[in-house]
Amino acid sequence: MRITQGQFSFLPELTDAEILAQIDYALEQGWALAVEHTDDPHPKNYYWSMWGTPMFDLRDAAGVMMEVTACRKAHPADYIKILAFDSNKGFESIRMAFIVQRPEYEPGFELVRSEGPGRVIHYSIRGYANARPPGERYTASR
Amino acid sequence: MTLLMDKAGDGAALDQQVDLAALYAESNIAETLAQLDRDLVGLVPVKTRIREIAALLLVESARRELGIQAEPPSLHMCFTGNPGTGKTTVARRMADVLHRLKYIRRNHVVTVSRDDLVGQYIGHTAPKTKEVLKKAMGGVLFIDEAYYLYRPENERDYGQEAIEILLQVMEDNRDDLVVILAGYKDRMDTFFRSNPGMASRIAHNIDFPDYGADELYDIAEIMMATMHYRFDDGAASAMRDYIARRMQQPRFANARSIRNAIDRARLRMANRLFAQRDMPVTRLALETITAEDIRVSRVFSQ
Repeated sequence: MRITQGQFSFLPELTDAEILAQIDYALEQGWALAVEHTDDPHPKNYYWSMWGTPMFDLRDAAGVMMEVTACRKAHPADYIKILAFDSNKGFESIRMAFIVQRPEYEPGFELVRSEGPGRVIHYSIRGYANARPPGERYTASR
Repeated sequence: MTLLMDKAGDGAALDQQVDLAALYAESNIAETLAQLDRDLVGLVPVKTRIREIAALLLVESARRELGIQAEPPSLHMCFTGNPGTGKTTVARRMADVLHRLKYIRRNHVVTVSRDDLVGQYIGHTAPKTKEVLKKAMGGVLFIDEAYYLYRPENERDYGQEAIEILLQVMEDNRDDLVVILAGYKDRMDTFFRSNPGMASRIAHNIDFPDYGADELYDIAEIMMATMHYRFDDGAASAMRDYIARRMQQPRFANARSIRNAIDRARLRMANRLFAQRDMPVTRLALETITAEDIRVSRVFSQ
């Protein structure tokens, strides 16, 4: 099941040229860019691991792409996303976030029902990939 | 040979034409080169090389227009010369030229020295160097006094690590970044001898000659004109005397010494005018540096 999260996630995968163009747009707006990655596909997993510190004062997308390439190399089977942070007063928040790499095979989610007292049933979802410990979730399933 | 035969054989028209003059006009490069001639005094070998590079890039874009495939030429450079010969200024102009010819995407120069690249403890250097490289991407990275990166007397020096990262990026991101190393000639030579990898990746070595006395005077005139000052007749000859004497003295730093001399002359002029503040001052007086402002310099008493 293909995870749709952030911008452009209903479109076909962005090519590197398209990613560069998006980064250039963010830089033109004066936003700082950051690269994050994770192997936990749960939609409420808000805190992905940071790949290095956010990049301020960059002028060209090639610098960000360098980090994306390095992250892809180090985590070939993780989800990787690019964030653009707007430090302008009033915003001070993420303005862009899009996935630039995903695992080859995404097994999707299981609906977990747990029975409580009486007839109460709690529902939750659990990624099939999460059955394995972090770091082995996608590399082993391929 | 086979390649040539194929080219001729498959009907690729060898008589296809491209208008170099139009490309030249389109890039506005003539204006930049003319400005270079106007603003920079002397530096003939430097200007010649910039023209050559401009011609190379122009022909390269003509080739691209006809679909002739080639790796982009490597344009990493090394500027050697004594202090004050205009290395930093030329680096900025070079960025302008390269940008107009679309070799680099952004017209910006990031100037760094050893402290910006080399860290203080293990593991500090790589992120620091990468950070600088990322900031310079798309433009020109100017490393001033680059020979300090390599300290042979300390074998645990982290400079070597910075050099290795630099080399890798110079090779991998050749179309994203132009690296210009700068420093004194003899020390750069030592640096390249101990880092042959660096030497082999630098395509252009440009030597900045020292200025002659007349050139230094022309530089003084240009500096004065940009700051809206002028020499009166006495001051002009005083300045020539000053330059002749200053050149013989230790720690002479070419154009930089001239700039300092002018700054001190401005100081003395301001004091002179302030001392007679009871009288009204004319615009001419506010713009004119007199012989007296220059002659009191320490240079003349030695």
